[in-house]
Amino acid sequence: MFVWLPEVASTYGPRIDHLFYIILALTGGSMILTEACLFWFAWKYRHREGRRAHYTHGNKTIEAVWTVIPAGILVMLTFMSKSVWDLVKHTNPPSDVNLLITASQFNWEVRYPGSDGKLDTPDDVVLNNEMHVPLGRPTHIMLRSKDVIHSFFLPNMRVKQDVVPGLTIPIWFEPTKAGNYEIGCAELCGFGHYTMHGILTVHPAEEYKAWLEQAEKEAGPQAAPAADEGPA
Amino acid sequence: MTQSHASAPDHGPTSFWTKYVFSQDHKVIGIQFMFVSFFFMLIGGFLAMMIRWQLAYPDRALPGGSLFPSSVLEEGHITPPVYNQIFTMHGTIMIFFVIIPMLTGAFGNYLIPLMIGARDMAFPKLNMLSYWVLVPSAFVILSSFFVPLGPAAAGWTNYPPLSYDPQWTGVGIGHTLWLVALLMSGTSSIMGSLNYITTIVNMRAPGMSFFRMPLTIWALFVTAILQLMATPVLASVLGMLLLDRTVGTHFFAPAGGGHVILWQHLFWFYSHPAVYIMILPAMGFVSDIISTFSRKPIFGYHAMAYSIMGIAGLGFIVWGHHMFQSGMNPTLGTSFMMSTMLIAVPSAIKTFNWLGTLWRGTIHFTTAMLNAMAFVSMFIIGGLSGIFMASTPVDIFIHDTYFIVAHLHYVLFGGSMFGIFASVHYWFPKMFGRMMSERWGKVHFVLTFIAYNLTFFPMHLLGMGGMMRRIYDPTQYDFLKPLQPMNIFVSMSAFTLGLVQLIFMLNFLISLFRGKKVDRNPWRANSLEWAAPSPPGHGNFETIPTVYRGPYEFSSPESKEDYLPQDVPSALPAGAPAGVH
Ligand code: HEM
Ligand SMILES: [Cu+2]
Ligand SMILES: [Cu+2]
Repeated sequence: MFVWLPEVASTYGPRIDHLFYIILALTGGSMILTEACLFWFAWKYRHREGRRAHYTHGNKTIEAVWTVIPAGILVMLTFMSKSVWDLVKHTNPPSDVNLLITASQFNWEVRYPGSDGKLDTPDDVVLNNEMHVPLGRPTHIMLRSKDVIHSFFLPNMRVKQDVVPGLTIPIWFEPTKAGNYEIGCAELCGFGHYTMHGILTVHPAEEYKAWLEQAEKEAGPQAAPAADEGPA
Repeated sequence: MTQSHASAPDHGPTSFWTKYVFSQDHKVIGIQFMFVSFFFMLIGGFLAMMIRWQLAYPDRALPGGSLFPSSVLEEGHITPPVYNQIFTMHGTIMIFFVIIPMLTGAFGNYLIPLMIGARDMAFPKLNMLSYWVLVPSAFVILSSFFVPLGPAAAGWTNYPPLSYDPQWTGVGIGHTLWLVALLMSGTSSIMGSLNYITTIVNMRAPGMSFFRMPLTIWALFVTAILQLMATPVLASVLGMLLLDRTVGTHFFAPAGGGHVILWQHLFWFYSHPAVYIMILPAMGFVSDIISTFSRKPIFGYHAMAYSIMGIAGLGFIVWGHHMFQSGMNPTLGTSFMMSTMLIAVPSAIKTFNWLGTLWRGTIHFTTAMLNAMAFVSMFIIGGLSGIFMASTPVDIFIHDTYFIVAHLHYVLFGGSMFGIFASVHYWFPKMFGRMMSERWGKVHFVLTFIAYNLTFFPMHLLGMGGMMRRIYDPTQYDFLKPLQPMNIFVSMSAFTLGLVQLIFMLNFLISLFRGKKVDRNPWRANSLEWAAPSPPGHGNFETIPTVYRGPYEFSSPESKEDYLPQDVPSALPAGAPAGVH
């Protein structure tokens, strides 16, 4: 029954987790300290006949100390967070794995460029709620939505990004472990929200190539998406 | 004091209608708000139980569910669309019809004139109107349960396009009614806050300088300013969506040149301050209660007042922390993270000052005090868990998971609700001239405290396990299946929590008629409301009090007693130096 963060399987995942545990340690420590003070005071200073409370309106020095220390810790956390955030959102490691994911009620459409290497052409490979990526290479994804806001959630990769109609949002991640993982939707998108469920398969490099070739063969030539089918 | 209320106490209105229904007396209006909010607490709580039943037993019919018409529950089962309606209405009702009307409507109205030494609000008619706009709003939101296709289903945050077009949610008119109800309740808020600000600025008793005001008044004052500035923004955005839904404008529809994220910016520009509207007043009340029952001046009074202002001021520049994963520019995310981290500082100051107030006090564990201490204790947890979300990268994982649900209930239930329990017990004798049962109050407190923590603490773990919020059936996901025993445990605790609230309701109702009668100042407190009779008559005070000092002179060497009310000239024999505070 004991649960913790799910298994992590992307390059930046451990850095996010690391930050999580630092914050957990800091907040956990502060919580124990302050709660302990509260209970200790409640016990020690409970009313007893004949004792009078200490008359004071405060103490400027103590107040300054307990303002500056939390402020310092928070500034530190801000800087640590910023570097991880920049890694996730502002870096763009080059890669030839590019795919387009289009969300709609209640489906993830995953589109791969075929052998021409271009998206939205007749040789695209199109899958529903099924996603395959190679191990050890950054995967670039364009996110689009056809109807409402969804949120693309790969718990094990520590990826979550709202998918917004009218916008194309680029994200990336680099898987570090082969295997099957689940895809969820994290933003309420209608009554089928809880069913917006897909599977991500991370293949070792060779296996991925074989899979892609096979998938292309199976898909055969397809019509390019009609213009009005894309997001507005 | 306004002219119409300068008359002597007993000359108020005498007919039943003008006295109890269309009353212009701030105290009656306050109590009216209180009953509305109690009523909605029952509905909101009932909806919470339905949510928890569904999450524990996704494929079992609701016990007694067959009593509902089959258009609502299919053979007693909660269906996915109905589930969305349930948590949407739970959130909406708890925020807009329970917490806000209770903290600002009920306590704001009741306490402001009494605690600053005024006979009534600045605009008694406007005050009455603010209540009589809330009542129809309550009818509108309730009526949405009974229209075809049912009430709104897009979450209390109501993001378009989901909320924009009936084809996405399957909800029709119910959604429009949701918008109308919120517009009306917002109007009520605006009228109330105008009144509070004017009253506090203009009608303080002689000697009541700003820095002699109790922190309750500081909190209500700053909250009113927040409300006055933020609510019109909510009104504008509700109006835009209403137009989108009814006459076909396209503010939020990309197909018509609108922008989806515009809603989120404007909505959170109101709703982030709104979360402070839901906690600041409670912070004020709890400060007064803690000072009274530890028989000590509040530690760092000025710092407390400035923190309230700081939280409110910063509250306007942090709204984007609800939108880190929304597709907003990530650089903006960084700046919102900075402002959000800053806002944690005044919150920390307040917490430490409460601890400082307890330090070397003589603490009386009344029911009010126990609830106030629970407020502090739970606010510590809720405040600290907020830091996880403030950190943009960590928010990537926990955003829209049960971690958020845990955090928000630690602040709203652990904070606002315990603040409300504390305040109801504390001011009940003033309001009704009788005591609530301390014994039953303590039974309610202990059971609530335990059940509440067993309900909401494990939700942090559910969130860390990755469980998304607002999902109908977590067992659809393999990675969430191991969490199901914990979901069942949480639900069991929630049912207990719901049940023990009956003790509070009964205690309240029985004490109204049977409680022990009290005189003016049963808690031996200092602020001005205790100088008025219990309950105060029309016009509040026999004569307007003069204020000589701050509200926290407990255990002062100036007085033989351990308290020294604000309106008592001096407790020492003539010739001794007068108070300086
Ligand atoms: C017995 C007490 C309560 C229980 C068991 C409870 C349970 C829940 C649960 C399970 C959810 C999440 C629904 C979901 O995401 O699927 C929720 C949402 C929420 N609750 Fe409560 N709740 C309780 C009391 C309160 C109180 C006192 C407040 C506030 C003042 C409150 C405010 C909210 C809000 C704002 C949401 C978010 C709604 C949304 O996602 O649209 N709840 N509650
Ligand atoms: Cu979705
Ligand atoms: Cu969804």
